[in-house]
Amino acid sequence: MLQGEGIRRGEEVSLSSLEVEPPAPAVEPRARIVSSRAVTAKSSPPLLTLLALPLATSIALAIHFLVSKSEPPPETHSYTLFLCGVLAAGIVMTLMQIWWPGLRRWMRDMCPIFAAAVLLMSVWEIITSGLRLLPLPYFPSPAGVLQSLVNDRALLFDSTWHSLILLLSGYALGVLSGLISGICIGWFSPARYWGMPVLKVIGPIPATAWIPLAMVVSPSAVFSAAALIALAVWFPVTMLTASGISNTRASYLDVARTLGAGPAYLIFRVAIPAAIPSIFIGLFMGLGASFLTLVVAETVGVKSGLGWYVSWAQGWAEYGKVFAALIIMAAFFSTIMTVLFKVRDRVLVWQKGMIKW
Amino acid sequence: MAAAEASSLRVREVRKSFPAPDNPLTRRLALDAVSVSLAAGELVSLVGPSGCGKSTLLRLIAGLDLPDSGELLIGSEPINAPSAERGLVFQDPNLFPWLTVRRNIQAGLVARGVLHENRHEVDEFMRLVGLEGFANAYPHHLSGGMAQRVALARALINHPRVLLLDEPLGALDAFTRMRMQDEVLRLWQARRTTMLLVTHDIDEAIYMSDRIVIMTQRPGRIERTIRIELDRPRDRSSSDFLRLRGEILELLHFAGSALADSKN
Ligand SMILES: Nc1ncnc2c1ncn2[C@@H]1O[C@H](COP(=O)(O)OP(=O)(O)OP(=O)(O)O)[C@@H](O)[C@H]1O
Ligand SMILES: [Mg+2]
Repeated sequence: MLQGEGIRRGEEVSLSSLEVEPPAPAVEPRARIVSSRAVTAKSSPPLLTLLALPLATSIALAIHFLVSKSEPPPETHSYTLFLCGVLAAGIVMTLMQIWWPGLRRWMRDMCPIFAAAVLLMSVWEIITSGLRLLPLPYFPSPAGVLQSLVNDRALLFDSTWHSLILLLSGYALGVLSGLISGICIGWFSPARYWGMPVLKVIGPIPATAWIPLAMVVSPSAVFSAAALIALAVWFPVTMLTASGISNTRASYLDVARTLGAGPAYLIFRVAIPAAIPSIFIGLFMGLGASFLTLVVAETVGVKSGLGWYVSWAQGWAEYGKVFAALIIMAAFFSTIMTVLFKVRDRVLVWQKGMIKW
Repeated sequence: MAAAEASSLRVREVRKSFPAPDNPLTRRLALDAVSVSLAAGELVSLVGPSGCGKSTLLRLIAGLDLPDSGELLIGSEPINAPSAERGLVFQDPNLFPWLTVRRNIQAGLVARGVLHENRHEVDEFMRLVGLEGFANAYPHHLSGGMAQRVALARALINHPRVLLLDEPLGALDAFTRMRMQDEVLRLWQARRTTMLLVTHDIDEAIYMSDRIVIMTQRPGRIERTIRIELDRPRDRSSSDFLRLRGEILELLHFAGSALADSKN
């Protein structure tokens, strides 16, 4: 989580540094090409950046054709289609950016990454079906993985949907209870006295450690999985909410009291806003914990969802499906993480250097 | 009459100590038997060396802290909790960073649940402190002086009967400062607020106040009180003003250096 934040910070820094165009130095053209990307920021990005994606895709296609000669064509069909699609998209975007500056800016940032991803897939293909360096049933080629993904899309979609429902209900429950208990522990000293020991003793137990107990106690596996996710989320959210609330600067509370504020104003309009940066750290930590708990709970008890799908596919030795599910999982989790980042940026505009509307 | 009575302020033999920073088991006196009285509608300046307990005294009057001993009365009521009747502008602006300038200024109205009736005043006070263009800016966009002006407007909007000002104009440039001094005076005259103003600026103290109260080095004690008998509006360059200034500087044992300054 923190790492993700660090990367985002880095992006912002590079973005803002791109926007500041240094005074054009009187240097010969060749020196300009070599100098950093910042110089070319306002003008169009270098051709290589724009063409990186089509180029990389062409290379990947070429490699694919060479490598896949030895394999039956139907199995690799969708990968060829996929690469052609990416190639077409790359070419169309390269043409469209001529008239569309927003797209150009986006491409300047993202094209190298996408190109690298495509090339990485090619390397993967060479290692697996090309040179056969890795034991085959366990490490299918990207073509095989994509084929499994396409073939099993209905079940994968269904699993993703179940995971989403379970994750969101558990997370929402955990956040809600975490906020309530965190605010109580942070603000009221009796709640702090009695709540803190409970938090310190129960909290550090990984939620997954409760699974054997939860399966015995609870009537339904899905219900107990949601409760476990909630428990996993509850601890960091409570901890960081409580610490945020109790670390509210005393001077803010003093100001509010001299303005005539009552307890409700002090809690909801001073202490909670002051604690929001800390609360968001708790929300991010809770999200990480909820992913972990979700997958483990689905693997062990719940008979649906992506975690279940992975272990089920592994049971049938269908490793293409395992990788397909992992890819879906990566996209699924990082999307949710991104949404939370966006929410945070929205809520914490007052912390950032600018007002965004 | 009753209202005027209710805004008089009496501080009698107040002592306040804090745990000593080097040895928390012992306590160090910050205020030693401080007695001050402000008649209703009086404007009094408090001057004294840094660390003599001026802010501490203001916090006691605001009701944010309780004294070790002694008595604080507003009218005939003892002070034992903060109230919107006693506004305090802190030495640091302490704006709420999560609220825009407008919402900071209207915080007092929201806190008292009277925003709806008094919404028009928000614009009035933003104009007063010259921040109409920054209504939607967040505090981290403001300069120190702008932030201090927002803090002033935030305290004024409650129309407190007693206004405690802890160097509210300290961060302002000379011109804004003089303008704000006049604005504060205008508000004071219009509302007959009782005001206690902490300042390090002798000119400001003479220009603004009915009386100047001088405190000693820590632990703070009242050294003496000087009544300013000049007519308002006062002229900062009049001979009476300058004579008074010389006398006060002499009292504060700055005479030597002040003379040296004027000769250079
Ligand atoms: N909360 C506190 N805890 C411990 N000591 C304190 C506290 N508040 C003030 N003091 C001490 O009390 C003394 C008076 O502080 P105060 O802030 O009232 O000074 P001041 O006259 O306002 O100074 P300045 O002009 O620099 O603002 C100082 O020695 C300070 O160290
Ligand atoms: Mg002070």
